[in-house]
Amino acid sequence: MVEESDVRVVRFGGSKINLRPPIISTDSRFVLCTSGDSVKVYSTRTEEWLHSLQGHTNQVTGIALNPANHLQVYSCSADGTVKLWDFIDGILIKTFIIGYPLFAIYVSEKHEGIVFLHIAMDTDSKKEGFQLVAVHLPKSAEQEVEAKELSAVSSHISPNPSCTAFGREGQYIAFARNLQLNVYFFRKQKTYSFSLKATDKKGAKNAFTCIACHPTDDCIATGHEDGKIRLWRNFIHKKEYTYSTQHWHHNAVNTLCFTPEGTNLLSGGIESVLVQWQYGTGNRKEFLPRLGGSILHVSASSDGQLFCTSHSDNKITVIESSFKVCGVIQGLVKGDAVLTDLMIDPRSKALVLNGKPGHLQFYSLLRDKHLYNLDIVQQEYIYEAGLDQFEVVKAAFDIKGYWLATVEERGQKSADLEFFLKLWSYDERTQSFVLNTTITAAHTDRIISMCFSSSEETTMLVTIAEDGQFKAWCQGVDADTKQDQNFWSCDFVGSYHNLKPTNCSFSADSSLLAVSFQEVITIWSPDTWELLTTLCQPPGVIRDLCFGRLSCSKYLISTTTRNLLCCWNLLTCALEWSTSVEVSKLQSDPLSENVAAFSYQSKHTDLFVFKPNEPRPLFTHKNVCSEKIHRAVFVPREEPLNNCDESSQWLNRSQLYFLTQNMDLLTFSTATEEDRMLSSSTRLVIDDSVAVTPFYLLLGKHRQQQQKLNTPSHQAADRPQQPQGSVTITELLHTPAHVLPPASVLCSMFVSSLLISNTGVLQDPLRKEMESSEQEMNSEKEEEDSEGEMEACDSQQELRVQGSVDEVTPKLSKAQERELKRVRKTDFSWMAGLIASKP
Amino acid sequence: MGEFKVHRVRFFDYMPSGIRALAFNRDIERIAVARMDGSVEVFHCSDRFFQEKIIPGREQCGIEGLSWVGERLFSAGLNGGITEYDLTNQKVKYTVDAYGGPIWTIAGNQQGTHLAVGCEDGTVKLFEVNEDKIQFERNLDRQKSRIISLSWHPSGSKIAAGMMDMIQIFNVETGHSVHRLLADRGVGTSRSKECVVWSVVYLSDGTIISGDSVGMVKLWDDQTGTLIKSHNVTKCDVITSYLIVPLEWQNEDSLVAGTSEGTVVQFQFISMVLGKDDKEWVRTRTFKNHTHDIRAVAEITTAVVSGGMDAQLVVRPLLDKVEVRSAASALRKIHFPHRRLVSCARKSGLMLFQYPGHLELWRLGESEGKGSSLFVKRNPEKLLHLKVKGEDHIRCSAVSPCGEWIVYSTASSLRLYRLHCDNNNVSITKISKLPMVLSSANQLCFSSDSSHLFSASTQSSVHLVSLSQSGCKFVGTLKPKSGSHQAIHLLAASEDGKWLASANSDHEVHIYNLQTRKAHCTVPVYSSAVTAMGIHPTTNCLFMMYADQQMCEYSIEQKQYTDWSRMVQRKGLHRFWMERDTPCLNVMFNPQHPSHVILHDTYMLCIIDQSLPLPDDKTQFYNQLTLKSLPEEQRKSHSHAFKVCKTFKDILCVELMSDQSLVVVERPLEDVASQLPAPIKQKKFAT
Repeated sequence: MVEESDVRVVRFGGSKINLRPPIISTDSRFVLCTSGDSVKVYSTRTEEWLHSLQGHTNQVTGIALNPANHLQVYSCSADGTVKLWDFIDGILIKTFIIGYPLFAIYVSEKHEGIVFLHIAMDTDSKKEGFQLVAVHLPKSAEQEVEAKELSAVSSHISPNPSCTAFGREGQYIAFARNLQLNVYFFRKQKTYSFSLKATDKKGAKNAFTCIACHPTDDCIATGHEDGKIRLWRNFIHKKEYTYSTQHWHHNAVNTLCFTPEGTNLLSGGIESVLVQWQYGTGNRKEFLPRLGGSILHVSASSDGQLFCTSHSDNKITVIESSFKVCGVIQGLVKGDAVLTDLMIDPRSKALVLNGKPGHLQFYSLLRDKHLYNLDIVQQEYIYEAGLDQFEVVKAAFDIKGYWLATVEERGQKSADLEFFLKLWSYDERTQSFVLNTTITAAHTDRIISMCFSSSEETTMLVTIAEDGQFKAWCQGVDADTKQDQNFWSCDFVGSYHNLKPTNCSFSADSSLLAVSFQEVITIWSPDTWELLTTLCQPPGVIRDLCFGRLSCSKYLISTTTRNLLCCWNLLTCALEWSTSVEVSKLQSDPLSENVAAFSYQSKHTDLFVFKPNEPRPLFTHKNVCSEKIHRAVFVPREEPLNNCDESSQWLNRSQLYFLTQNMDLLTFSTATEEDRMLSSSTRLVIDDSVAVTPFYLLLGKHRQQQQKLNTPSHQAADRPQQPQGSVTITELLHTPAHVLPPASVLCSMFVSSLLISNTGVLQDPLRKEMESSEQEMNSEKEEEDSEGEMEACDSQQELRVQGSVDEVTPKLSKAQERELKRVRKTDFSWMAGLIASKP
Repeated sequence: MGEFKVHRVRFFDYMPSGIRALAFNRDIERIAVARMDGSVEVFHCSDRFFQEKIIPGREQCGIEGLSWVGERLFSAGLNGGITEYDLTNQKVKYTVDAYGGPIWTIAGNQQGTHLAVGCEDGTVKLFEVNEDKIQFERNLDRQKSRIISLSWHPSGSKIAAGMMDMIQIFNVETGHSVHRLLADRGVGTSRSKECVVWSVVYLSDGTIISGDSVGMVKLWDDQTGTLIKSHNVTKCDVITSYLIVPLEWQNEDSLVAGTSEGTVVQFQFISMVLGKDDKEWVRTRTFKNHTHDIRAVAEITTAVVSGGMDAQLVVRPLLDKVEVRSAASALRKIHFPHRRLVSCARKSGLMLFQYPGHLELWRLGESEGKGSSLFVKRNPEKLLHLKVKGEDHIRCSAVSPCGEWIVYSTASSLRLYRLHCDNNNVSITKISKLPMVLSSANQLCFSSDSSHLFSASTQSSVHLVSLSQSGCKFVGTLKPKSGSHQAIHLLAASEDGKWLASANSDHEVHIYNLQTRKAHCTVPVYSSAVTAMGIHPTTNCLFMMYADQQMCEYSIEQKQYTDWSRMVQRKGLHRFWMERDTPCLNVMFNPQHPSHVILHDTYMLCIIDQSLPLPDDKTQFYNQLTLKSLPEEQRKSHSHAFKVCKTFKDILCVELMSDQSLVVVERPLEDVASQLPAPIKQKKFAT
């Protein structure tokens, strides 16, 4: 058995970014959000994904800015660690090992060195019994520290992390569970609890759903299941506490957030309307409607200028304080179910699946970015429960990505089924798919499956349906219309003994079509539509069919409902090998011979990767997840890895993604891949002044070139500063305004071009030489005097001393040494001014 | 438990009148309610809000304000007069004209020395309160517009007056205006409309709180005359002249405001940062119990009382002020008066309905067949519509059991009629020569053989008048030994004509022997008021129901409580019985089952079987359904004394007729609501 240590299941790409409230950095430039096993950093201005903080080995369940350092962020994960990151550079600073799965993290300014965490109670019962613990983070220089000082603040808290909040100046913590609100005062170490009745006479549902504390007043806002918001005051009295009720939401309030000054309260719910309540004046409120999916979380930046809402359709909206949407960060939309297979658009290499209702979404897994939605149904979707509406159920791409076939269906549950087969062609001009043909009654019953032929010359679509027929559709000039445009029409109708077809597949060169009818596989020639042969290995209905690729193209693999995986040799028309394994999903890699089979046995799923020519699995991964897997896809890599390890070799050319029933998109990653990613993330250092934007990257490349150019020919730059500045200015003035970088960038550039920096002083070669020689003299003296004093010097001087020590070695001439030193010491920041001067 | 033929009467179109003003007296724990028809009612706050006193109104007397001065109650109205009420005899004492046009508001100072009224002509008039009367003292500076609201500073040195678009602060000593606070008008279209300051409250720390027609509650500082804070309480887009924000405060840490939407908003004076002293007025709770606009609110010690156009008095408890949660501190809605407005001629099937300005006499219908609902053979028939002479409203009325006599009384006169019924011809003749003592009555009652009329008069005395074909003759006066002056509100005569019981507002129950015409005995005084009583026809025991839902049976002959009554007191009543929130209004006896006592309140009809054991707190109280499911033998062991029938709702009166049929007079609240004028503003979803 192959070792499986270096290949592990990770959440990478297309993960939920709406699990926990997003955080806006103190300078409002970045939005941080949890995303699978990592924390993602987005730019607020450009909505671009900058980088992610990777290192957790399980789902990240909470993030919080370090109150002591606003450039650092804490993250907690179900793997039982709290990590401290520098999120700008993406560097892991520290890891605190707690040892229990963590579910949420809270920090407070007044509780330095303490984080508050949700952990599950020791009892095994799931979803019940969470407790809030305070953890003292030990101060130690080590990278990995074990935090042992756990003290429970409260047990039996709500599993919903938005039901816990810190009060004014961290003096108390408020947490609600079901119908009870508890306020724990740290100084008095006393808990006050207030409970509501489950329902009142009017049928209100009073259970708490979220909580927020006013930053300066002692006021707690709570949201309730019936849409009410209560503002609690005077809660140090058991009896004389009081609250006011405000009601706008018609359904549960999902989130509440006070703005940092405490002047406004933001709330959101299923209505997907962000409501801003003016604090203290009762009814005055503002609305921002039509934000998309229902609002799950709201957070505000520390200066109150930006708000972030995260939505149920895996989206983060960045909103200005003037209630204007200024950015949308869209993740992979996951509805209730993915009806289509996971597919790869051959053109954009994007993952394609159901997105918004009635749409197909295109999602780039490499850049982890939502590309666009393609409206298939082209009807208004009505958001109301119980309505039977059209939904995309099948989709298929041809091999070049020029054609897309979709099937939309309505009335799955009722007897009168309606469905359309639509064919879309790719329009180069508009760079999107355009509807070419709509076939209203393609079959008399539901279409089970369809596939495109894989040949380069002619594209052909084969559909199989429950009416016992398979149809081949070809693009041809319609005899009646004789238009230039080619529409699709039926070419061939086939059936086999009136049996119900179950699956179809084209061979790699499209010379053969295999259609399975119950227990029989029929092989057809698409050119002549002749039944070539039938293959049969009872018992069991064929479930999946798949031709081998490349060197294994003579093999046909089939799975049956009776736990049989068969491999047929098409040359001999005989069963090559078969094995008894329950396969729920069979997926072949288009770029290699490998075939992946997910097998669901005894409550967990195993993965086998094998080549059709040998019955021995190439790779086995036991217990991938606990759910059955029905959707999987091989995603070709941008650049192939060169793993030599046998176990991870199959991942070299493409990556295997699969979707669990909980709608988690998981994938496999190898150790080398992770190493590479980790190293690349640390390498990426961002200039503080500019957010990473496409524009910046353009600019940045330019800058790097400049620096490369300049560093060797250093002397050339030793010109006086002033003329350079003026060149910058003239260039600036000549550049059209719409291509100019933001004014803030230009300003700093402009100002720095005018400044006479201390490097500028060094530019006078004469003075500099004198200076340096003086310094050398001094240091030589110092060296003679005492070494203790030298240690007390700051690092810069130390560097100089180092230089002077080097100097003692006679290998380099003095002049050479000086030159070297100058290069080392010179600050190249002023060169920013040069960029504009050299186009 | 017995089956009755029930006349379900729904043709009594009684309409409660809207509430216009409220005044709470903390010392005697009474709240006075003024209604639109000019009647004034006094409720006892610590006795389950029993309606102790009713002073009927008059035509054309719109009361605008009520004020207690000590234990004296004053009202002022649009007729321009200030009225003091005689609360012992439940009538108007005197009316003084203020000569300033219609009066909009009245306010007494805390010292109890002066009354201030705000008049249409823009003057604030001060009246000195003397022992027997009030005396005009002087006018404060006259303003241009009418004075809508007034509030005294607790020290009595300053008065804040709410007017059109502004608030004036007067120095009482000089009579000059100290400050003028301008209230903003609404925005948009309502800018052209005047802002009416409907209500002001002057706090001891110098804060003035005003409620106006824009829907704002504003806080002002009286030193600088500046606006401190304003709260928008209602939507400002509906501004009508009816929008009223009455304010009432208590202990100066809590304040309530009623709105035209029917909501009551509470403001509390609480510290924003816990443990510190800088307090602020914060809007806290909102109570929505009214369908129509609220015209008056008051905050009493443990509850918020509000009343409005929907004619119900709502008592909403403040749970943070309530010491022990009990039935006495529950949410309470008072729709109907705690007096009987219906009297039945038990022997002839006639019913007399008492409206404020007229009487209606109906004959009950007849039915045939069997089953749960019977076929009506003859429809009920309105025999008589008797309008009241004069402006005064009817205080009490009665029809004799034989159906021959009708009597009613207003504050100023008493009229007795004789009814002649010959098949379809109905005629009445007024008995002209009434004895002098029958000038006015607080309560009227006929003896069971219709031979005598009992008329409760001043000083708790009862006049006895014998009735005959020729006319009526004064027989004598029954006077209590205690010498109480309070008015009698209940009379009960025994079936054999031997005993008469009277109950007055001092909670005293006197029993008179009618044969000797002397006081027989007095039932020990209980802390709660008697709400209904009846004398048992065979045992001659007096059965009394109290406002706190206790019940007593008193043997008249033995002058002591009966054994059953003592057992009830010893064992206590069931929790569910005590938690009912309306008082019992009638006590009846079933001659066929001497052990049965029939009681009713607004929501239920109950038969108490005195031969069965009393329920304790563990037994199921409403057990009729359970009993039905049990076999015959086990029923006995599971049954208890109380049989509650909740088939009928909103009951005004239940009476047992001599033919063993029950008359249940219902007045469904939905019918009342449908006859109310449309509300000014209704809350719509998502606004």
